[in-house]
Amino acid sequence: MIDKFVRSVAEAIAGIKDGSTVLIAGFAQVGEPRALIDGLIETGACDLTVVHNTAGRGREGVARLIGEGRVRKIVCSFARSRGSVLFEEVYARGGIELEILPQGTMAERMRAAAAGVPAFYTPTAAGTKLAEGKETRVINGRECILEYALPGDVALVEAWRADRWGNLVYRDAGRNFNPVMAAAAQLTIVQTQQVADLGELPPETIVTPGIYVDRVVHIECGDPPVKIE
Amino acid sequence: MADKQNWQPLGRDELAMRVAQDIPEGWSVNLGIGIPTLVANYVPPQREVIFHSENGILGMGPAPTPETLNPWLVNASRQHVTLRAGASLMNHADSFALVRGGHLDLCVLGAFQVAENGDIANWARSDDETAPAIGGAMDLAAGARRIWAVMEHVTRSGEKRLLRRCTYPLTAKGCTSRVYTDLAVIDVTPRGFVVIDTVPGLSFEELQQRTDAPLSRE
Repeated sequence: MIDKFVRSVAEAIAGIKDGSTVLIAGFAQVGEPRALIDGLIETGACDLTVVHNTAGRGREGVARLIGEGRVRKIVCSFARSRGSVLFEEVYARGGIELEILPQGTMAERMRAAAAGVPAFYTPTAAGTKLAEGKETRVINGRECILEYALPGDVALVEAWRADRWGNLVYRDAGRNFNPVMAAAAQLTIVQTQQVADLGELPPETIVTPGIYVDRVVHIECGDPPVKIE
Repeated sequence: MADKQNWQPLGRDELAMRVAQDIPEGWSVNLGIGIPTLVANYVPPQREVIFHSENGILGMGPAPTPETLNPWLVNASRQHVTLRAGASLMNHADSFALVRGGHLDLCVLGAFQVAENGDIANWARSDDETAPAIGGAMDLAAGARRIWAVMEHVTRSGEKRLLRRCTYPLTAKGCTSRVYTDLAVIDVTPRGFVVIDTVPGLSFEELQQRTDAPLSRE
């Protein structure tokens, strides 16, 4: 019997090596696998490359991982932004390497990794500072830059419902980076708000097929925080 | 006696309203952060315009009331939103494939500078910015079928922002087709900036004085 469920966050997160590339999903705290991030901090893993939309906000989650000095390099589309205090402290003292990517290029680099495409040309960022040092080519009259696939050693994902094969569905805007990160990593670890029996999720509604998923832990963490910005 | 100014610049909401006037039924539109976000408030609900958000929403509706607020629905500006009938959800890679693939009719972006060749600069005011917040601006600028820039015509200290060439780091080259400022609506054409509309009482010469690149009349 295939059963990807594990009983604890510690079990879910076990075995992440120092130096790993960790893809961490979530957007504006929606669909963000907070329990798994906390679990990763608990393991003490360090020298990590983290791929996440931002360099963290506030003092929790990815911000805390950076603040505790576990992240050698952050790959993100929003570095300095409102609330990125811990990143800015560490960055100011040269304690973290930064790779800034356009958000869509970041997503597409992971999709390429998931799909076995080693690199692709894109017009995004052509002719800008972000193209510096990147291979450029004019295709159909348009300047494009070469971007390489961005695979993860590990992906941390939050689902709304999961079954024991690791089939996943997401809730509303909680989908965001989750499916593309789940598919782009060697070891995909999921926290799910709800558990479905095998066969209960209608096949046409499954967003992430279980083939991409290695471990699932049931964490009822409730709604994301309401924003008052 | 100093020259009496016979005209008033548009406020943020008036500018958003002016942009909204020009968005026809049936378009799929992404609105950037800042004034562009306000544009949605001025598209009448009976006009079917499909609003996209980078985090995977197509068919955003108005802001929620406290009763209808769903903590799982935020837009790319981290604001709570609603879905209208007909809305769909997708992942981030698909959301940007839609952008890059040229499926959006329009993206309205805030800008620091726009050049007469259509270059747009909207993420940094200096080459020294080493840890910027770029988000999806470069993807949208390069991908949407039309880019309309929304901005104040000059900076608070009076520096010009519609230029022969941008001096700030670029978001994308040659993509801007129209600029909406608090003083005028200006098309970006192969022959440079062409004035479509100005606020009442503002002369062409007064507008040119506030614009670095040469303007021409329609």
